[in-house]
Amino acid sequence: MRAGAAPDMRWRDPLILVALLLVVWQLLYLAVGDVALRSPWVTARSLGTMLEDARFIPHVRETLAAFAQGFIIAMVVGLAIGIPLGAARFAGEVAEPILVALYSIPKVTLYPVILLIFGIGMPAKVAFGAIHGIVPISIFAMNAVRNINPTHLRTARVLGLSPLSLTRKILVPAALPEIVTGIRVGFSLALIGTLLGEMFGSQRGLGHLLMQAMSLHNIERILALTLLLVVFAAGVNALLLALDRHLHRRTA
Amino acid sequence: MSAAGWTRLGVVLGLVLLLEALCRAGVIPNFTVIPPSAMAQSLWKVLASGKFTPDIIATLTNVGIAIAASMVVGVALGTLLQSWPAARRVLDPLFATYYAVPMYAFYPLLIVLFGLGDLPQVAIGFLLAVMAVIINTLNGLDRVPPVLVKAARVHGLGFLKTAHRVRLPYAAPYIFTGFKLAVAYSFIGVIGAEFITSSRGIGYEISFAYNNFDNAVMYAMILFILALVVTVNMSLHAWEKRLLARRRRA
Repeated sequence: MRAGAAPDMRWRDPLILVALLLVVWQLLYLAVGDVALRSPWVTARSLGTMLEDARFIPHVRETLAAFAQGFIIAMVVGLAIGIPLGAARFAGEVAEPILVALYSIPKVTLYPVILLIFGIGMPAKVAFGAIHGIVPISIFAMNAVRNINPTHLRTARVLGLSPLSLTRKILVPAALPEIVTGIRVGFSLALIGTLLGEMFGSQRGLGHLLMQAMSLHNIERILALTLLLVVFAAGVNALLLALDRHLHRRTA
Repeated sequence: MSAAGWTRLGVVLGLVLLLEALCRAGVIPNFTVIPPSAMAQSLWKVLASGKFTPDIIATLTNVGIAIAASMVVGVALGTLLQSWPAARRVLDPLFATYYAVPMYAFYPLLIVLFGLGDLPQVAIGFLLAVMAVIINTLNGLDRVPPVLVKAARVHGLGFLKTAHRVRLPYAAPYIFTGFKLAVAYSFIGVIGAEFITSSRGIGYEISFAYNNFDNAVMYAMILFILALVVTVNMSLHAWEKRLLARRRRA
């Protein structure tokens, strides 16, 4: 389907979906009117003018910087926790329910604690993004390493593979697809964490702008910001999902 | 309890004791974190005073409504989509990107739409939870053996009866997974929304206490939420295990 199929077939369903969402949005707008909503067209235009505004760009840069740092910390820490736990069966068994419990708690409740530790500003946002991303990345990494086929490992030992080629030929190809899935989930959650952080404890960034627009009842701005965030999150997720599916197909 | 279970208990207790020691020794200053024993004491006092009972009831009611609504809508939509492959194929990218979208970004919009009552919080909880139910319902229904559906048709069961008597019961374990996620997501959604803006609820009280430097109340309520959510999730997990064990025996 990838190479041979006509490209218009591959794009048909997503295009129908986007059209469908726009129709629903427009109908909703027609139902509630200007009090609470703007039409897709007006929103896209106001997003356009917003992006041309020189005062707006520093906020985007601020959010991206906070998010990037939080996400990188989440990846490093998440993999550093998950990979050893996957290799050591007993430790993994001990830790897994704790990690799952951490995943399901509303992490917003910890936000005041983060603020008390880091103070208002960049470090708090980075930390909040990171704690959202760490748990899913470590859970997926743990399962990825745990589920490596033991026969492959035994074969490698029989063949006398050096640690380097063991890593390159067996460990990475076997564990990578699941790890990428975890990173994809961690990416979304770290973004949510960063934005939540900006919503309560920051004077800059897109989350702060969103809160400001809400208190000013500036619907046009709320919608433009929401659209920007949704398009960014959905776009990056689509790329990561394509990579994810490619890796899973290759190993399957 | 298994060896892993005892070790886990030991690890958690050890961490709590370590935090207690660090706070008591002044390594962690009290205006940052108070000792766990002080949190528990404060929680006991706060609960006994009944001051936050209306908030607790409000939050739990909203979470309950979000769970119930997401289960009803999620199972219904999942069942419908499973028997309508064309629609499902079109919506598939939406399912795959749904949780990537920062749902809280819609909260200001929901406030504009629904006003400053409980509805926006319930809506965020519902929106987070419903997709988990839809996805798991689809996943469960996909596994129903065709022979069962054929048998239902032979017996002249209609769409609704087949769903009710054959397909949904078969998919029940997967729907239960969706239910577990719906519970977790409803708590996350409702409490997160209460934090951003609301006039009552546990999340509101935590941020109110934070803004007033009232660490005793703040940590008491944080402890309350964490203990509540962990207990609920663990009970659901245990219940699920019992159901699955019974199913295997049958």
